[in-house]
Amino acid sequence: MDNVADKVASATPPSIAHRVKGLSDRAIAWIFVAPTIFILLAINIFPLIWTVYLSFTNYAVNRPNREVKFIGLRNYERILGDADTWATMQATAHFLIWTIVLQVLIGFTLAYLINKKFKGNDLWTTIIVFPMMLSPAVVGNFWTFLYQPQIGLFNYVISFVTGADPSSFSMIGDIALAPWAIVIVDTWMWTPFVMLICLAGLRSIPDSIYEAAECDRASKWRQFWTITIPMVLPFLMLAVLFRGIENFKMFDLVVQLTGGGPGNLTTLTSIDLKREAFEKWRTGFASAYAVILFVTVFGLASIYVKALNRVKQR
Amino acid sequence: MSSFFNDLLRLRRGAWEMVASILIALGVFMLMQPFVLTLFTYSFLVTLVGTVMFIIVSHFPE
Repeated sequence: MDNVADKVASATPPSIAHRVKGLSDRAIAWIFVAPTIFILLAINIFPLIWTVYLSFTNYAVNRPNREVKFIGLRNYERILGDADTWATMQATAHFLIWTIVLQVLIGFTLAYLINKKFKGNDLWTTIIVFPMMLSPAVVGNFWTFLYQPQIGLFNYVISFVTGADPSSFSMIGDIALAPWAIVIVDTWMWTPFVMLICLAGLRSIPDSIYEAAECDRASKWRQFWTITIPMVLPFLMLAVLFRGIENFKMFDLVVQLTGGGPGNLTTLTSIDLKREAFEKWRTGFASAYAVILFVTVFGLASIYVKALNRVKQR
Repeated sequence: MSSFFNDLLRLRRGAWEMVASILIALGVFMLMQPFVLTLFTYSFLVTLVGTVMFIIVSHFPE
């Protein structure tokens, strides 16, 4: 019986087969890979290089006829000396740190509980995963209703627990509560993602390791710290990497929920960048901003991947 | 500690990656800290040096 390669060879039209016949394996490999490399260069590498070039100019995309001047590092100086941009970075840091901490803690706890065998296990997994399947725009929209001071369910639940008047506070309008409002919604939406990754990690641990620990009379607490945590750690780190990069770029959910307000309190870097690029039309300035964010994420991802590899080698 | 400096002098990957990682982490902290604007101003420079250094030194021998 012919193998797949023979079948493909026999199905190739003679005109093409004649042309390919004299080519080496390496040349044929390049023919297959070249379109991918070309597309990658065209849609990833070229825009990156072009952005770096624009960041040194005063280019504005809404004024195509204006002379484009090379202004050196002036865009970078403006961004890095601007107190408003600094405040935006702090808002992003608050969002980033708290969402990751909460998502990892709650996600791991849920995964640990779901991993226990009980009736309705699969049903609970589906229910918990549900928020992740929704569009961020939809989530942002319906959480604005949940956060309504007069009719919002969230305010009523809080008032039921604390005894406070539900209309006495506004999660989105209050300057002390708005940064937490976006943290809560992102945690609600993306904790299931962390849970699924942790669940995969927990299910990859062979039962024999726990059985051996039982034979050695290791307590449950000791098993948790010396078996479960070290073996789930690479998965947890992967989840933190994904969520960290995603939340650094967070845009749609927050725009829909708070629009960056009140004031600029929940204006994250990606929202600020979009305003500079497509509302103020300062393309050169926005390009420099994008380069700063890119280098930051790239640097963080580099050390994170290195740490991940080290954990996996252990 | 002395082995770390020896590795730096002998251009070993591990030690130099550690230096680059510290620079990146320091740069990100400077970018997002709420205390001093001057630190924010120089944060990108520190992160950029760390990132470029990381790319270069990851090709050093083990």
